[in-house]
Amino acid sequence: MELNDIEKEKVLIEHPVLVQKVKSRFGKSIIETVIFRGEITHVIETRDIADVCNFLKYDLDFQFNFLSDVIGTDCRPLNSFFEVVYQLYSIPFRNRIRLKVRVKEGESVPSVTSVWRTANFAEREAFDMVGVVFEGHPDLKRIYMPPDWEGYPLRKDYPLVGYKDQYNPCGVEKKK
Amino acid sequence: MADTLEATTDNAELTTREITLNMGPQHPSTHGVMHLILYLQGEKIVKAEPDIGYLHRGMEKIAENLLYGQFVPYTDRLDYLSSMTNNLGYVSAVEKLLDLEIPERGKYIRVIVSELSRISSHLLAVGAWGLDLGAITMVLYAFREREMVLDLFEMLCGARLTYNYMKIGGVRGDLPPGFKEKCTEFIKIFPKRVDEYETLLTGNRIWLQRNKGIGVISAKDAIDLGLSGPALRGSGVKWDIRKDNPYLVYDRFEFDVPVGTNGDCFDRYMCRVEEMRQAARIISQALQQIPDGPVNANAPEIVAPSRQDVYNNMEALIHHFKIISHGFKAPVGEVYASIEAPKGELGFYIKSDGTEKPFRVKIRAPSFVGLQSIDLMSRGAYFADVVSVISSLDPVFGEVDK
Repeated sequence: MELNDIEKEKVLIEHPVLVQKVKSRFGKSIIETVIFRGEITHVIETRDIADVCNFLKYDLDFQFNFLSDVIGTDCRPLNSFFEVVYQLYSIPFRNRIRLKVRVKEGESVPSVTSVWRTANFAEREAFDMVGVVFEGHPDLKRIYMPPDWEGYPLRKDYPLVGYKDQYNPCGVEKKK
Repeated sequence: MADTLEATTDNAELTTREITLNMGPQHPSTHGVMHLILYLQGEKIVKAEPDIGYLHRGMEKIAENLLYGQFVPYTDRLDYLSSMTNNLGYVSAVEKLLDLEIPERGKYIRVIVSELSRISSHLLAVGAWGLDLGAITMVLYAFREREMVLDLFEMLCGARLTYNYMKIGGVRGDLPPGFKEKCTEFIKIFPKRVDEYETLLTGNRIWLQRNKGIGVISAKDAIDLGLSGPALRGSGVKWDIRKDNPYLVYDRFEFDVPVGTNGDCFDRYMCRVEEMRQAARIISQALQQIPDGPVNANAPEIVAPSRQDVYNNMEALIHHFKIISHGFKAPVGEVYASIEAPKGELGFYIKSDGTEKPFRVKIRAPSFVGLQSIDLMSRGAYFADVVSVISSLDPVFGEVDK
């Protein structure tokens, strides 16, 4: 048995509900479930993310009442999509779980601000840095960068030194 | 003039026009980058909107372009009032990714420095808060004890602000001679000093009137807005990662988690004061229990040899050079590790693609998350109350504008 299998078995014994119940309730919405270092990640169909979050927050077996973070990741050029990762925590049960959706350029993700208000800033950050659009967000605008800023700094194709302009003479020349 | 007065008397209710006021920077740790847009109706707050992003430091982008070990010193500059805990948050995440266990002595040292950090951070939080509300003496007293903690940190790593002491797999060096005695001495006198702060502030009529019943946030709202640390515990939610998901050796110490009842600024102040006492309690137990032994994990492919070996042994020098310049590969996967930093849940999410550099690092900074609650806490309050609200959240912009 490989180490990862032992780890998976341990997680399944300790937290059967986090894997089995979510799978049985949202079987069709779950693309993949990964267990790594004792952490559970469910990859969810993008359109169902708000429903899954709502369920995980209010179901008495889960009570994931605390949203730690919403993370935007540019997975290119290895893959063709962006990931949005939701880091959930249950204060009553002391459990953590991670949800993940994958979107392509031009697609949007349903906002979870109606489930946890804290998602407001976190989603704005993911939008500002990676360019993921959250549908239904009450005030989706840039949070760090000026409103007229072009590009998304945490995308893999965005240069580390920025693009060349009048304020940044050492930047990279923009491709036309 | 007479017409105007007459007109005013005719209208029984004075009507005022809503104005927008750009406030800040006002709190010491918001230095130049805390721009709060306040919508006011007279002196009452209708809406408060934090406008951030003036530092443009791109910490997460930098992390993707550095080796795992090279990013540790950058974390010092996040919440720079508590650099040790930032180091700890990041190295814990990398160690989790690598599945690396550090020796007992290393864990105890990490607990001691984390709790000293908590004391120094809370001292500045309470001191600056006093300063904001006109109690200038408080900041002088707070700095008196903070200097003692900084002396201890200077013994450990030679720095007084950006301490780069923790490293992946352990700490940079064992406790220096005399550290234990000096730390014990500090812990002995510190509770009496906390009594002095309480004499100065806790019973002070102005302090009470400026903080009691101000910036009230319910437990439900605080959880919903993602508050953590003293800001959440002030609302009566007993969630402390050190107790609920213990890391290092926190489960071996006896300490209490103080919580408030009203969720106002005063409760958040009392939580911090009591947390300082509890931190001293933890350090005292850790100093008594600390075992002998190595401070770094025995993983030569990840942990660089000690400085002493590098100076005296050619093989160790080559080994050191190899690790520092080439780093190490981490397995493919993603982890999230969080610690109870002085300001709340400090989390690091790392996604690895199997190379020597992280594919993505995301920092969950408590100050950034806490800013969202200013609006809810200030609505309907007076303009002057916003000052207390900001201070009670203890924001540090190094980790907000990351």
